[in-house]
This record gives sequence, structure tokens and C-alpha cells, in this order.
Amino acid sequence: MKIGIPKEVVAGEKRVAATPDSIEKLTKLGFSFVVESGAGDLSDFADSTYRAVGAEVVDDPKSVWAKADIIMKVNPPMHHPVAGCDESTWLGAGKTLISFIWPAQHPDLMKTLAATQATVLAVDAVPRISRAQKLDVLSSMANIAGYRAVIEAAYHFGRFFTGQITAAGKVPPAKVLIVGVGVAGLAAIGTASGLGAIVRASDTRPEVQDQVKSLGAEFLTVDYQEDGTGQGGYAKTMSEGYLKAQEAMLARQAMEVDIIITTALIPGKPAPRLITAGMVQSMKPGSVIVDLAAIQGGNCELTENGKVVVHNGVKIVGHSDFPSRLARQASQLYATNLLHLIEELCPSKAGGEIYVNMNDEVIRGTTVIKEGVITYPPPKPTVPTTPAPQLFAKPPVELPKPAAAHGHGGTDAPASSRSVAIVGLVGAVIFGLIGFSAPAAFLGHFTVFVLACFIGYMVIWNVTPALHTPLMSVTNAISSIIAIGALIQVSSPGILITLLAGLAVVLTAVNMLGGFWVTQRMLRMFQR
Amino acid sequence: MSEGLITVAYIGATILFILSLGGLSHPESSRRGNLFGIIGMAIAVIATLMGPRVNGTLTFGIILAAMTVGGAVGVFAARQVKMTQMPELVALMHSLVGLAACLVGYANYIDPTAHLTGAEKTIHEAEIYLGVLIGAVTFSGSVIAFGKLSGKIGGKPLTLPGRHQFNLALLILALILGKVFLGAEHANDGLFPLLAMTAIALVFGVHMVMAIGGADMPVVVSMLNSYSGWAASATGFMLNNDLLIVVGALVGSSGAILSYIMCRAMNRKFLSVIAGGFGTAGSSSAVAAAPVGSVVAINAQETAELLRSARNVIIVPGYGMAVAQAQHTVCEITKILRGKGINVRFGIHPVAGRMPGHMNVLLAEAKVPYDIVLEMDEINQDFPTTDVAMVIGANDIVNPAAQDDPGSPIAGMPVLEVWKAKTSIVMKRSMASGYAGVDNPLFYKENNRMLFGDAKKMLDEVVHNLL
Repeated sequence: MKIGIPKEVVAGEKRVAATPDSIEKLTKLGFSFVVESGAGDLSDFADSTYRAVGAEVVDDPKSVWAKADIIMKVNPPMHHPVAGCDESTWLGAGKTLISFIWPAQHPDLMKTLAATQATVLAVDAVPRISRAQKLDVLSSMANIAGYRAVIEAAYHFGRFFTGQITAAGKVPPAKVLIVGVGVAGLAAIGTASGLGAIVRASDTRPEVQDQVKSLGAEFLTVDYQEDGTGQGGYAKTMSEGYLKAQEAMLARQAMEVDIIITTALIPGKPAPRLITAGMVQSMKPGSVIVDLAAIQGGNCELTENGKVVVHNGVKIVGHSDFPSRLARQASQLYATNLLHLIEELCPSKAGGEIYVNMNDEVIRGTTVIKEGVITYPPPKPTVPTTPAPQLFAKPPVELPKPAAAHGHGGTDAPASSRSVAIVGLVGAVIFGLIGFSAPAAFLGHFTVFVLACFIGYMVIWNVTPALHTPLMSVTNAISSIIAIGALIQVSSPGILITLLAGLAVVLTAVNMLGGFWVTQRMLRMFQR
Repeated sequence: MSEGLITVAYIGATILFILSLGGLSHPESSRRGNLFGIIGMAIAVIATLMGPRVNGTLTFGIILAAMTVGGAVGVFAARQVKMTQMPELVALMHSLVGLAACLVGYANYIDPTAHLTGAEKTIHEAEIYLGVLIGAVTFSGSVIAFGKLSGKIGGKPLTLPGRHQFNLALLILALILGKVFLGAEHANDGLFPLLAMTAIALVFGVHMVMAIGGADMPVVVSMLNSYSGWAASATGFMLNNDLLIVVGALVGSSGAILSYIMCRAMNRKFLSVIAGGFGTAGSSSAVAAAPVGSVVAINAQETAELLRSARNVIIVPGYGMAVAQAQHTVCEITKILRGKGINVRFGIHPVAGRMPGHMNVLLAEAKVPYDIVLEMDEINQDFPTTDVAMVIGANDIVNPAAQDDPGSPIAGMPVLEVWKAKTSIVMKRSMASGYAGVDNPLFYKENNRMLFGDAKKMLDEVVHNLL
């Protein structure tokens, strides 16, 4: 099948849906490519680099759509300013479109697309389950957005991030507050602490606390009991009381911090208003607010989508195109996510054909239109496949085993002291019996034997585990001391004894020389 | 040479043997330790040869010939053996000690010069019986272990129905025969029970090791090591020779401790390893939670990329590295990465490989400096600060289910926590599960990458991409 990569038409969009790298890999799966001239220019992928990996480069967008069986792009189809018609009119039966769609927000677009009889896969509809993580463009883009948000903040912020003591005076470190710790928030925390800032973060979901701490930031808790964990790892809308407590906390922080980066989004809803005009008013002049939710109305009351505005000396950055501002990186990740998507669709990993398997949970969720039929939203995932119930069902059968193992393993104090007592008692009985019945000569040997066991015990514990193999070969060589017994017997009367003893000498000699030799060979290899 | 001098020489030899084992506490002192062992052995042999009980030119001739032949074979084997074959060689050598103990026992029994009566006679005969028994078990068990380790016999545990009853029957039979043997008036009457018991012991040894699977081999090898020591000790009792008793006890306790360490490293009881048939006993374990998610495969080039951009790398080798003979390539990668200023270390699980310390020897052979080869306990806390953890041909020893899933058959076994590294790379031939038959949730972790293929071939490609 042929895959078409048109140039994006949205003003300011710099990303491209395929890189020479991803094309090279997909070509190996049997796909061929047609790329619109200049598609990768803004991501610094020149036409020549696409040609170098075997893609056909054409000037006309319409012929890209016409030649291709599969269209991969970033933004949803829209009116094409040069061609003067809507991109979706170039779709048709048998064609497949893969791009951002946002089906819940764009019902009209969905109807238009369905009318073309094409199949549409929305990359924003990939189910958020671990198996689909490698296809998850939302995470990839959020990661970039979080990083870029800090870079934008640093650009607009008039000071260092890191604290310094210089000959020209002391510089305090910048204090950064991250509101909303999703993928973007975590990326922002990592970037900001990497630049040396003091980073704090707040989120309605308590389980992100450990992630925040692991990145070296402080987690701010809201003084109110409510868990904000919603479906699919997103947050849900919180109660009135919680919002009040949260507002009070943010108001206190606003007076203190230099930079606020907000990333709070609830799927399908306008972004929650977290930073009020009053809070902006209370911030120090020169502070910066970067609002990653600007496109959905903004987390800050004063955010203007697509603009940088200044209120009372506080800059509010409301770009709507953060990923696109890191175009090359964003294109690379986006292209790789799509590469993985095509791999999922092409289970044989060869032949260059895709198969939209509606029984596959991931593909089912991603496919929003199948041959002209709207299949969005997907049915709710079947619940019993989650491992939790299984885990709870099992313990009655399974638990006794590890418990028993621990008891004998010595962690269970009473059991182990009891077993020590038993061993001691048995030992005492055996020793008593031996002492009672054995002749003196035997007891002498027995003393030597027991003491030697203890010496062995003490000495061997000191052997470093790295030398366990040489230890075995050297003890093996030493155990050929049995030769002594054989040597004594060689001169005993009787040809059979001599024969047996002679053979024993041969065997032990093999061990003696071989064992020491191989040990020496091994030990010579241990070098610092 | 008088008896007194011989005794003194034996004491000297004993001290040297103890020093020899003590020297192995550190690689620096280990070579000197081995030298002590050699000197001790030489003193013991020479003192015995010069003693009053070895006489006649013919005797010396026989001994000289026997030692020359045996020594030549031993040296030849020691020079030829590949380091990956060490477990086989060690197992084979154990079998020789076992056989020698048997032969000495028989020779001693039919020796007409001994004149003992009463309790002394009974004890002496019991010693012979015990010595032959241990020797025979060691012999046949080691031969089977050799077969399994060298791949001549399949690694799968042989689980006969009613195998515990079978073992018990053998034990009872051996006890009855022992009573008959001790009750025998004349040497010739006792020969039959002794021979019958030897046969039983041989069968027992075969059966015992057959029932134990490939990855339990470290325990088996060290257990047989221990047995060969006890066999020597029993021979010492039999011959009234303190040197043999002491050395046997040293070797025996050494092997026993190694077995214990190996069992602890697998969180298994010694008896359950010996009882064999791992995985069949806990049949309920098969329903352990199957991991969810998908595996992410990468190629050698991407692996090289990950390694090059890392600051801290920990390599975890397993038996697969030994099978693929990949240790030299691993060393080459280590050299290249260290040349780039990357901190490369090795994490060794106690039961990685087929005998205790197997991985260390292989890495030493490839000239990996021993001070970057660390034990599990030393390195486990460093994984969270590690960028790339590379697992080469290991599976169960890096299985997070041992910690997370109480229903897993390997629950509680200490493992190397590679999943705590930023990225882990697992090199494997395929998705087949490890020896324990447990699926490994590590493969499905988000930060894990799989590099499929033969370890040697893939690592060669990685080297190629690193250059």
C-alpha cells in the first residue's frame, strides 16, 4: 500500500507526520511513500532526505491524496487555502486517514469524513492502556509541551533559574510551580529542576506524589480530603469544597513563586480556572505564567489563546502550539508513534498491507470511522480482564506456601529457635551415644573431625562469592587426599588390593594435578 | 621416616590446606592460596611414600606409573577445558573422588592384614560401609550431573511416579544390607551385601540427580562437592588417618556451605531441591497472574545508541551468556563504554550459571576487571541511579514477580532489580519463559526493551554499532 504524507495546512504548524527514519522502517514492511514537496521543511527534513529513503516527492497536495491508500498527517482535514477545497473531499472508499481528529469535539467533521466512505483512525483516541503506550501521541506531545513550556518560561523570565553566588552578588534560585502533574507536568518538573529551579507541584490525584518527589520536586497537598483520580489516568472535576481549599493554596503560592506552569486538563471539558485575575495581580512583577491549557480556554483567567499578554508586569504565555515549537523533535516522536500504529495494523510485519482488526482493543478504540460507519465512541472495555480480582481470588490457596517457606527460612523467630533446639537435642543424643559406646581411638578421630568441620565452616564463609568456582575446583583437588589411603594399600598383599589401590591412585592423581592446575589457570585470569 | 615425622608432616599439610582455602577470600591472595594447597598435597604424598607402610620397589613403580598416567590426564584436561565447561569438569572430578573412595573402601575391606575385634571391628566396618556408600552416590550422581551439564542428558527433571517412595525404599534396603554386612562373620560373607549396597547407592545417585533440573545445578554441583569431602572423611576414619578426616571435613563443610548459599539465593529449601522436580510440586502456581501489556523489541543499533547515551550501565549476565560464549564480546563492549567514560559494572546473581561463581570465572576469562564485577547485594541499591541495565541470557534472576506476586513459584527469591533502572534491555533468543516456567513481567514493563537473537551475534552487532 502507498502512504501519503501531505504538507500540513494549519497556519504555524511545523510538524510532519513522517520522517525519513520512519519511512525507511515502514518501507521494510513493504509500504511505499508519496510525500508532498516541502512537507518536512519546517521540521528540517528536506525533500531530498525523503527521496534518499525512496519516497516519491510530488508538488501537488491533491495528487498525494489521490495516489495514497493511507494518509498520515498531524491535524484533522480542513479547508485547503491553495487548492480552495476541503481536504476531506480527496478521501474516498478504500482510503484510510490517520491523524488527530478529536471526534468528541468535532461531530460535523466526523459526519463529513464518514460520508467519504473512508476509514479514519484518530491518534487522539488511542486507548490509554499500557500495551498502547508506544502509539500514544498524546503522551509524546505532552512530554514535548512540558519541556517547551519551561523553555518558554525561561525565555520570558528575566533571571537565572539556578541560584548562584557570584562576585557580583547572590542570585536566588527561581521558584517554579507546576499545576497539574500529567505527562506534560512531569516533563516540566524534570526540565525546570534540571535548570536548577526550586520546583513545586500540585495535582488533584494523590498517587502522583511519589512521581513528583522522584523528580526532585516538592508536592503541595491541598488541605481537603478528596481523590481526583478519574478514568484513563486523567483527573476528574472536583467538588466545591476541594476547589475552595485548592484556590486558597494556589493563592498563597502565587505570591511566592516566580513561574507558574499550568497543565490541568479534563478530557472533553473546558480547562478548569485555577489561576484567578487576583492571583496574577498578587504575583511579583517579572513573573511568568505558561498556560498549556490555553487551547481549551486556559487554566488562568487572563490567558489569551495564541498570545503572550502582560498584566501588571506578569507575562502570561498562552501559545497553543507548544509541540510544534519543537518541530523536529515532535515530528520524530509523532512519526515513531505512527510507525508503531502501522506495525499494529500490519500483524504479519511484511507485505505492506494493513488490516483494521476491530477485535483488537487498541485498534478498535483508535478507529473512529470504519468504511464510512462512525464507530466512535468504542464500547466500554470489558472489566473482568483486569488482574485485580484474580489476585484477590487466589490468596486462600496461595498464601500458605510463602508463609511456610518463611517459617523454615528462619525469619520467623519462634520456629527457628525451636528448630535450633531440636537440632541441638538430636546432636546431644548422637554425641551421647557415641561417647557411651565408641572406643577411645574412634573418639580421638571424631574430635578431629568435628573440629575440622568447624574450621571449614569458619574459613569458607570468608570466601568471596566471585571465587566460588575456584573454591570448588581447589577443594576438589584437595579431596584427592584420598590418594594417601590408596598409596598405603598398594603394598598390601593380594593382587586384587594392589589393583584396586593402583586404580584409585590413577583416579586421584587426575584430580590432584588437574584440579590444582585448572584452579591456577582460573585464578590467573582474575585481574583488576 | 618414623610415624612421628609423618604425623608432623600431616599436621603441616593440614595447616597448608586451611591456609589454601582461607586464601580464596580475595582474588589477590587466591593464587598464593592455591600454591599452599599444592605444597600441602606434595608434603602429604611424599611423607606417605617415605613412611613405613609403603615399601618395595614394585610398589613405588606402580605408584609412579599410576600417578604419571593420572597426572598427565588431569593436566591435559585442565589445559584443554573451556571456561564455559568448568561445571562439567568439576562434576567429572567429583565422580573420580567418589570412585576412588569406593575403591579404597573395597581394598580396605578385603585387606587380610587388619585384625580387629569387638566394637572396633564393628565401627571399622561401619566406616567402610559408609565410605563406600557415600563414594558410590557421589560417583554416579556426579556422572549424571556431568551428563546434564554437558548436554549429553536432557536438563529436564525426571520425575518418576512415586519417586520419594522409591528413594525411601532404597534407603531402607541400604540399612538392612548394612545390618547384614555388620553381622557377617567372615570377610567373604560381607562382600555380597557390600556389593549390593554399592549397586543401590549407584542407582540412588543416578535417580537423585536425574530428578533435579538444569537451573538447580549450582546446588547439585556444590552438594556433590560436599559429598566427595564426606567420602574422603569416611575413608579417613576407616584408615585411622587424621589428615584424611580433616581434609574431608574441610571439603565437606565447604560444599555444604556453598549448597546453603545457593539455596538461599533461590529462596528454596535444600530438601526441596534434592527432592527435585521443580515446578511440578506447586501445580497451582501455573495460574499466577499473567502479565499484561506488550513487549517492545529493539535492534542492535538502538541498543548501542542507548548504551552510548548512558552514564551508568549495569550488565547482568546469565547462563545464556555462557551458552553463547559471549563473554569476550561483553568485555569488548565494557572496554568501549569505559573508554567513553561510562561507568559499567556487572551484577552477578549467586545462582547465575550452572555452578557457584560460574559467571565470575567467565568474566575473568574475558579479562573483565574483577573490581567492577559485583554481587547482587552490593549492586541492587544502585539500579535506580542506573541508566541502562542490560540482561544477557538471564530470566528468573531478574523476575520482578519474585517480589510482587506472592503466588509466583519463585516468590521470595532474591532477584536483581533491573526494572528500577531507567531502561532495561533484555537479550533473549525468544519469548520463552525461564527455567522455572514463570512468565516474566519484566518484559512487559514500560521501560524494558527486548533484543531478540543469539547473544553472541547480537552483541557483536552492538559492538559494531558502538565503534
